[in-house]
Amino acid sequence: MTIISKETIAIRTEQDAVFLRHRVTEYCVKIRMGLVNQTKLLTAASELVRNMLRYAGGGVVLCEVVSQSVLMMGVRLTFTDKGPGIADIAAAMKDGFSTGKSLGLGLPGTKRLVSQFDIKSQLGKGTSVTILKWKNG
Amino acid sequence: MDKIPILKMGQYLLVTVQVDLYDRLALGLESDLVNMIRKHSSRGVLIDISAVNIVDSFMGRILGNIAQMSKILDAHTVVVGMQPAVAITLIELGLPMTGVHTALNVEKGMDLLREQLLAQEPLTPEEDDDYQ
Repeated sequence: MTIISKETIAIRTEQDAVFLRHRVTEYCVKIRMGLVNQTKLLTAASELVRNMLRYAGGGVVLCEVVSQSVLMMGVRLTFTDKGPGIADIAAAMKDGFSTGKSLGLGLPGTKRLVSQFDIKSQLGKGTSVTILKWKNG
Repeated sequence: MDKIPILKMGQYLLVTVQVDLYDRLALGLESDLVNMIRKHSSRGVLIDISAVNIVDSFMGRILGNIAQMSKILDAHTVVVGMQPAVAITLIELGLPMTGVHTALNVEKGMDLLREQLLAQEPLTPEEDDDYQ
């Protein structure tokens, strides 16, 4: 997979989340991603940013435009925080599970919205979530 | 701090969300609306989200909360103008949006609110008969 461009955005407040949304939209438009896929990716990003802010007080998002061939282009986002980590990832990935007061749709819902989803977490060290949305997938 | 304006029109409250929603803004709208319903004894709330391009689980829940809160304050809520891409995303995300009435556009939304209000009204004239 080739990385065409990359940028790091720090997230500390909800305003940063709005800025991230705009940047991601720009990348999506640049590779001519369809509106539905754009909306799905942005919504997924919005869920993950909220998790970062709520459970870790912020973090960093790496935005990359990637391609596998001329036709297979996509946007990959990596959300890294230094929060408390997730004790039971399998449980966190189930619909309706939440240690907070939310609906527990964030992680499983996010996974349904993107083409690729990867989560790594270490208790006490932090969590890293990578999502990728192909332009046509 | 940013705020989403709420317009009072007769028995109704109108909200058009023209900016990018974020959590604090949505929470502010929720409490402002509930207070306005009480202050003006409003019977209906119309929320236009045609300019909103992301509704995630939190904002979806706020819309649901507004509908339920206004219901116990005797006001109906209708959400209008949802973009098709937003509707697709909401369902894939797994948010059912139960209890939230929706309409395609502002016009149809107002019709729905009026119908709901009319459906409740007919009881009043009969009660008045006792006075004659």
